[in-house]
Amino acid sequence: MISLKDVEHVALLARLSLTEDEKQVYTRQLSDILEHVRKLQDLNTDGIQPTAHVLPLQNVFREDRVGEHLPVDQVLANAPERQDNFFKVPKII
Amino acid sequence: MAHYEAVIGLEVHVELKTNTKIFCHSSTEFGADPNHHVCPVCLGLPGVLPVVNKKVVEYAVKAGLALNCQIAAFSKFDRKNYYYPDLPKNYQISQYDLPIAEHGHLEINVNGANKYIGITRVHMEEDAGKLVHQGTISTTPYSLVDYNRTGVPLIEIVSEPDMSSADEAVAYLEKLKAIIQYTGVSDCKMQEGSLRCDANISVRPVGQAELGTKAEIKNMNSFKALHKAVSYEIERQIEVLEDGERVVQETRTWDEARGETFSMRSKEEAHDYRYFPDPDLAPLVIDREWVNEIKASLPELPDERRDRFVKVYGLPEYDAMVLTGTRELADYYEQCVELYNNPKLVSNWVMGDLARMMNVSGQEIQDLRISPHQLAKMLELLDKGTISGKIAKTVFEEMFKTGKDPGKVVEEKGLVQISDAGLIDKVVEEVIAANPKSVEDYRAGKEKAIGFLVGQVMKSTKGKANPGLVNELLKEKLGK
Ligand SMILES: [Zn+2]
Repeated sequence: MISLKDVEHVALLARLSLTEDEKQVYTRQLSDILEHVRKLQDLNTDGIQPTAHVLPLQNVFREDRVGEHLPVDQVLANAPERQDNFFKVPKII
Repeated sequence: MAHYEAVIGLEVHVELKTNTKIFCHSSTEFGADPNHHVCPVCLGLPGVLPVVNKKVVEYAVKAGLALNCQIAAFSKFDRKNYYYPDLPKNYQISQYDLPIAEHGHLEINVNGANKYIGITRVHMEEDAGKLVHQGTISTTPYSLVDYNRTGVPLIEIVSEPDMSSADEAVAYLEKLKAIIQYTGVSDCKMQEGSLRCDANISVRPVGQAELGTKAEIKNMNSFKALHKAVSYEIERQIEVLEDGERVVQETRTWDEARGETFSMRSKEEAHDYRYFPDPDLAPLVIDREWVNEIKASLPELPDERRDRFVKVYGLPEYDAMVLTGTRELADYYEQCVELYNNPKLVSNWVMGDLARMMNVSGQEIQDLRISPHQLAKMLELLDKGTISGKIAKTVFEEMFKTGKDPGKVVEEKGLVQISDAGLIDKVVEEVIAANPKSVEDYRAGKEKAIGFLVGQVMKSTKGKANPGLVNELLKEKLGK
């Protein structure tokens, strides 16, 4: 079961600010989701390797060769603010 | 007062010397204009797909093998989640429970005693971007972000908590740096940040089995800083315990200017990275044949080379250890010995005058203007008696500054040794006449007095007289 405290903790980690009402709603909804997913635990997984990837793929490599870079104006097109060629963001310590 | 012991483990990040980043084709070149070495992948734009750079895996395996690790048969990448502006995706791709290499060790030597330090694991991950602050971090209201470094490949090497002093921590880092440099997978330049080190430190009363609470120390940018920070932190924790208080588990930063560590009160709650396998990256199945190929490509490593120097060149263990401290220095030494076959004499010059001058000028062996060929030539001049040992030092210093050939320095500065018996004879006569007291002492049996007389002759010939000849002539004239 998910507690209100869990919701507050996860919201903080995700940098979300929630109203008291939202916290209540999400506590209930997250609990329902986890309860649903928990059913997987009823399956017998004896002798089954843990899954690292859902597709039957391994060793997908690229060679160490330099390709094209994005033009700096495009790089900064989504910046909240720009100073010279830097992204400008609020300071976080 | 109870006796305490420190328990220290190091986490070392090393930037790998590949052309491109770990998951995209952006360049890793150092010093580019801000945000010019980026692409949609390392910027974490939606819909992009990271693909592993094969060279990164090869280098990580190589480092793992050099550190005596077992290489994983199966390895994967995980997402480490946290919010920080230097991380455009809000997660760092790293490795959690299945790192590329584990269970290694290296050997250190502190005060003549050898000790093995365990290596828990080596894992691959991407570097974060760089935050630039105008003014100081406490006064500026915002951060400027450069993502060029984002996605540069790193390996993190985690040691066992096997060290118990600042000396051991420094010896471990020095040896680790040497080994990694020998393999060629990284430059390991602490000043440029291609080698970074954090320390986990705790203390406990001697005899207590249970570990004390540890603090993690960051921001040590040199070997000197590591030594000072570890010593400081050990003392600080002992004082806390002596005062009957508890050590707080926290991250502390080393303040070089103030010479102390202080707590970095983080806004984040306790570390909660919520690792999970990265669904964008296929797992790695490491082929044994590939591992064997990489193993075969390993160069001779520092310990082997040290042992060979002792065996082949007959050097004292200490000389061999210092000379093999970096691959470049060891190469330089061997080139010299190949040209001038007196290993101990070459060692004395390289570890003595050369090391001293490099220390003073802050030069690395790569910047050196004296070639092995020139050093050998100078030793030949010394052998032939063209210059004296004393003059050789002057010549060597001039070579160091100008990169000129020793023969040219000797010629330009008129430093050729005087071996003309007639010329020296004249000076010897003068010195005998001017120092009757010493002459008398010598004749009375004070052997040491001759040293003073030799010194006087050398002085008036500006060090150029052949000292052997001076000795001989003096003894002859003083009738002994
Ligand atoms: Zn990129």
